[in-house]
Amino acid sequence: MRIAIVDESASRAAVIREGLAAVEGCEIFVVTERRGLVARIGEIAPDIVLMDLGNPSRDVLEEYFAVSRVLGRPIAMFVDESDEESIAASVDAGVSSYVVDGLAPHRIRPILDLAVRRFNAFARLEADLAEAKGKLAEREVVDKAKRILMDSRGFSEPQAYSELRKTAMKQGKRIADIAEAVVTAHQLMGGK
Amino acid sequence: MASAAGSGEMTIGFLPLVDACLPILAREHGFAEAEGLSLRLVRDMSWATVLDRLLYGHSDAAHLVAPLAIATTLGRGRPAQPLSVPFVLGLNGNAVTMRPDLARTVNPAGGLGDPAAVGAALRAHVAATDRALRFGVVHRYSSHNYMLRYWLAACGVKPDADVEITTVAPPFCADALECGDVDAICVGEPWNSVAVERGAGEIVLATAQIWRRGVEKVLAFREPVMEARRTQAEALVRALRKAGEHFVDPANLEANAAILARTEYLDGDATLIRRAISDRLLLREGGELLHYPDFMFQHREAANFPWVSQAEWLYSQMVRWDGLAFDSGDARKAARVFRPDIYRSALLGTGDPLPGASSKVEGSLAGPTSVSMQQGIITMESNSFFDGKPFDPELLEAYIAEQRGA
Repeated sequence: MRIAIVDESASRAAVIREGLAAVEGCEIFVVTERRGLVARIGEIAPDIVLMDLGNPSRDVLEEYFAVSRVLGRPIAMFVDESDEESIAASVDAGVSSYVVDGLAPHRIRPILDLAVRRFNAFARLEADLAEAKGKLAEREVVDKAKRILMDSRGFSEPQAYSELRKTAMKQGKRIADIAEAVVTAHQLMGGK
Repeated sequence: MASAAGSGEMTIGFLPLVDACLPILAREHGFAEAEGLSLRLVRDMSWATVLDRLLYGHSDAAHLVAPLAIATTLGRGRPAQPLSVPFVLGLNGNAVTMRPDLARTVNPAGGLGDPAAVGAALRAHVAATDRALRFGVVHRYSSHNYMLRYWLAACGVKPDADVEITTVAPPFCADALECGDVDAICVGEPWNSVAVERGAGEIVLATAQIWRRGVEKVLAFREPVMEARRTQAEALVRALRKAGEHFVDPANLEANAAILARTEYLDGDATLIRRAISDRLLLREGGELLHYPDFMFQHREAANFPWVSQAEWLYSQMVRWDGLAFDSGDARKAARVFRPDIYRSALLGTGDPLPGASSKVEGSLAGPTSVSMQQGIITMESNSFFDGKPFDPELLEAYIAEQRGA
């Protein structure tokens, strides 16, 4: 079975490819380039196309599939009405699938399920990364606020931190929020 | 996610195009809130995804190319799911932009061309050239595709035989012209202007010249969702009418262009957006801005009223270009997608004009005409097709047969 993964995010495509590598008898092709997409799909002649919902080329590819029906290789969006739930799960995960006519649903479903799991895993990875980035930014702003307090009020570093912490507790806010306020106020007052 | 039936929360999917303006402004200016609605707008990059979200309940309603609402109901390309359209988001607003050398060949005088004259020149050019020209449209089930095909066919240029018509995503239209993937595009704003600004194309025609009052985008619901959330849908219709009133007031141009340009909406150039929403077009690089009134048509003459005859015209073109046989059952299903009854009950008693009829002979008015009204007064201006042929929905089958024979 030939599977094409169409995704402008090369890293997500890699995560999905890795997941599908476990399925026996599958040959996987990854297409990340927008230019020449239709020609490339034509060369690959896939049985299944997996495409992320955010891809701006979906309408172009659907048009190609509709026309390819005339060419005798019907391929259509996989919408198995007996399995609404699995389709809904794939839309939730952000992946659409197109399947060549005549492929049995029991052969498609494991692949689609895997793709969904991989898409979800990738989304979690991204969320973790964003959170880690956020934490890093928070640490930076706390450091900046400490330095401001050390310079302007002659605090030691532990004193500056404890001042931030006390204020945060008193106001029921996060330390990072107080630090942010200190930095903003300092900038407003003409500090660097 | 779509919201529970009784709640005032409503999620609407859209593509970053200027004619997504009414839902955006209904939210931003508080017209939705005043109707007890809280709107959430979800932007996508393809009609396929806007539709997927609608069908799988990520959204309650969607900004949609009108023919796609009919195609989905009739099960073209995927299993049929009935959609309901209580509100037309706008008429026209698209243009035909050609590679500069082609534009100058078929429209040597410059300016917006005369559709018949440009068509005749194009026909001569096509006959004299070996390589088939390629036109890009934004979707096979788009008004762009049907207007372009209507114009070409009426000028004796056979779509699919004499010229190719292919799908290009709006954000890549300028690219596609520039690198020679297509010779011309039919797309909404700001994408024609983007191509002009880059010197990749010149605007030759506005679709409003092909059909002066052509249906463009609609607000679509799944029929069961429409039934379950009828109260909210009607509230939304009222909020969108208010947004339209605000949108067409020149005093609000600057502010509205700035809102539409924001990252979360069109994420585009406010200058180009301002131009489009004030019916101004830069036809060629370095030229003068041209004011073409009613390039976009969002409000006057009950522009948002979902005329059943518009749905039937779209069905006639679907039969024509998909090579289908006329089917009276399908024609009825297609006609039922447009829901003037919902539009009426939403606005009854508000003073907003409501036409007396729900269907009309499209393209029958050559000049200003008063029409009979259920409520209020409007004067309809010309709504002609460029070839002067009207579409009488009573004669749908004959209209299809005549076009097929042409």
